[in-house]
Amino acid sequence: MLPELGQVALVLALLVALLQAVLPLVGAHRGVAPWMAVARPAAYAQLALVAIAYGLLTHAFITQDFSVGYVAQHSNTLLPMVYRITAVWGSHEGSLLLWTLVIALWTAAVARFSRSLPATVIARVLGVMGVVAAGFLAFLIFTSNPFARLLPAAIEGRDLNPLLQDPGMIIHPPMLYFGYVGFAVSFAFAIAALLDGRIDARWLRWTRPWTNIAWAFLTLGIALGSWWAYYELGWGGWWFWDPVENASFMPWLAGAALIHSQAVTEKRGSFRSWTLLLAIATFSLSLLGAFLVRSGVLTSVHSFAADPSRGLFILVFLGLVIGGSLLLYALRAPSTLDDGKPFSPASRETLLLANNLLLVTACAMVLIGTLYPLLADALGLGKISVGPPYFALMFILLMAPLVLLVPFGALTRWQREQASRPLAMLAPWLVVALIAGAAAFFLAPQGPWKVAAGIFGAVWVAGGTLRFVWSRLRANGRFTPEMAGMILAHLGIAVFLVGALLTEGLNRQREVAVAPGNQVTLGDYRFRFDGVEKVQGPNFLADRGTVTVFDGEQRIAVMHPEKRAYAAGGQVMTEAALIPGVTRDLYVALGEPLGDGAWALRVHVKPFVRWIWAGALLMMLGGFVTATDRRFRKPLTPATESTR
Amino acid sequence: MTEPTTARPSLARWLPLLVVAALGALLAAGVWMSRNPGRDALPSALIDRPAPEFSLPLLHEPGRMVTGQELRGAPYLLNVWGSWCPECRVEHPVLTRFAETKRVRVIGYNLKDEHGEALRWLEQFGNPYWMVLVDPDGRAAIDWGIYGAPETFLVDANGVVRWKHVGTITDAIIRDELLPALDAVERIPTEQSL
Repeated sequence: MLPELGQVALVLALLVALLQAVLPLVGAHRGVAPWMAVARPAAYAQLALVAIAYGLLTHAFITQDFSVGYVAQHSNTLLPMVYRITAVWGSHEGSLLLWTLVIALWTAAVARFSRSLPATVIARVLGVMGVVAAGFLAFLIFTSNPFARLLPAAIEGRDLNPLLQDPGMIIHPPMLYFGYVGFAVSFAFAIAALLDGRIDARWLRWTRPWTNIAWAFLTLGIALGSWWAYYELGWGGWWFWDPVENASFMPWLAGAALIHSQAVTEKRGSFRSWTLLLAIATFSLSLLGAFLVRSGVLTSVHSFAADPSRGLFILVFLGLVIGGSLLLYALRAPSTLDDGKPFSPASRETLLLANNLLLVTACAMVLIGTLYPLLADALGLGKISVGPPYFALMFILLMAPLVLLVPFGALTRWQREQASRPLAMLAPWLVVALIAGAAAFFLAPQGPWKVAAGIFGAVWVAGGTLRFVWSRLRANGRFTPEMAGMILAHLGIAVFLVGALLTEGLNRQREVAVAPGNQVTLGDYRFRFDGVEKVQGPNFLADRGTVTVFDGEQRIAVMHPEKRAYAAGGQVMTEAALIPGVTRDLYVALGEPLGDGAWALRVHVKPFVRWIWAGALLMMLGGFVTATDRRFRKPLTPATESTR
Repeated sequence: MTEPTTARPSLARWLPLLVVAALGALLAAGVWMSRNPGRDALPSALIDRPAPEFSLPLLHEPGRMVTGQELRGAPYLLNVWGSWCPECRVEHPVLTRFAETKRVRVIGYNLKDEHGEALRWLEQFGNPYWMVLVDPDGRAAIDWGIYGAPETFLVDANGVVRWKHVGTITDAIIRDELLPALDAVERIPTEQSL
């Protein structure tokens, strides 16, 4: 009975979303105030209905209702409670339901925190979000019903994919979705502005925190995914340029560009059309990500089961949303020539333009690399795979100039600048960074180029950013949250550079066959293998190894890498054991049994690997801190009131 | 991508739409191709045709070259993998269990990999292969129509490709597809007269 109620709630939510899409948009066009007023209550009603459906699916998982096909496929009586709750988004149907819930949450948040906007603008923004929500709800109901019954009911469920039975995986998808869907707000704003025919800097100011928050969530989601891959896939890598990783990385890059271009447009009025286009592009890339993951067009570890009818549905939806937006853009975008205040080549505007071009080009590069195999296949050129070498090389080529430019951004004035002024401020830091890089080159025991590049880049970005802090302290010592967020995010880049390049350069690893009592030495560390025992977990049987680690003569830790055989699916998973540290991670993974108590053992010492995620967390924090700036929440001035 | 300061906005503003239209056409082609259930199961005309000729070195004996001719006489399962391929890691235990049944020779095809990495990978996860062929630049893979890794081919005793699977092998695929294909292959008489 309850699953049917969930289904009814979803259908009602779709109707409400359609209402929310049509009435306010038409109302805003014709100036009918009561129609526009539908938008807010509809947004709240949609949230309530989707939340009911979501709650009911969760209930089916908790009570192990195997008469629901989706539950039977992705749960099991042995599954621990916490994973029953997270199994809701463990596969396509449920994760799509989560996606619609996140849309409903963002829409309700927009409805709640938009009192300062003119009625026509808020009607259009909520209307556009209604269109997006309606599309996803229809997709859910017509192609991917999570409440479909299984008759007769299964006696036992299959099991949740063991890869997903993990704390990192619990929060990774929701964070990603908060990011993806959050970009719908700036997208909806861009469409509202195009429909209105004007871009008011004050409305743009209102959207900036939303973009920053969405980007921060996306940053966190990607970082969690990378962290999860690092310890769960069992071989110590942290980024694989997998199509699905790329699908989340493209909106991240476009979103990073959008954050910067929105700042220019809001403060200086320049790049208006570009900002609108970028807002459309960022959300379109989020939708493209959903398409790539769910259509089965590209094969990947993370993707859901392929289903052409789903692929076709999203593609049509994608075409309507993106094609419609860009058509509107082509017809209504303001002329790019005569807007904003003029600026000279040496100015902050130029630097942010460079930032945007580099980020967008990197994004295009990832898009091309991701879709190239598909293109080659479609043209009958044969099936080609584009591997990490292409992505890594192109990405480094594009990001190196960006890293060099980062410190200049904050120190350069708007509109016109003596190029010598920021150069003079940063010259000492350039020298310091070069010396540090050179020292690293000669001191590094291995991978000198990577280590030197990492140290140079980090010192340069951090030094340049701190130079800005120093200027502010000398001027008046005041930091707006916007500045603080920028400083945090840029320091995050520096920390990330240390993590990524030093890990790649200095990583040490050995794979050895060991019998109990044998020792492996890696750098300063000694690993003693003490044997393997069988351990029974809640829904798996594990071979649990014991490895004692010594630093010199001192015993520092005991590690327990595992190989788990999951009861229901019969899958074997490697659970690596980690000792996290600020300057290094120790990482031990169990290989295959070699007989007579001997095992293959893989041991890594990964210097500074935590800094990768620490850097990402700083960038995320930067996004959130920026969003708290009071300036964005100031009531609009009377000038805007009169435009109603 | 559009230049924000372009001199002719009237044209430039249509550019994004054109780019997206092209992209949409590509994705539609992708969906169209994925509609064909045979896309992953038996692409190209390779099925029921002789396997392409090749001569590839062995991973563990880089000096020795192995050709398709030498492998004839009994069926073999060719499994494409690489240490860079996360899916291969997922399929590995399944493949290992299958190889342990000794039903058929399982031959590894190490694609676009680094020699040391490949050896380390096998050391860590175990080596179920009868032998491992190495194709470092993926040139021979083009003849096989190999799209990426993992991919698995079943070649009969006469060197004819009888079955192909793109993506990870699961127990269900072994049970429902590979074993029936293998049954059929084993009934084929060997044409080679010894």
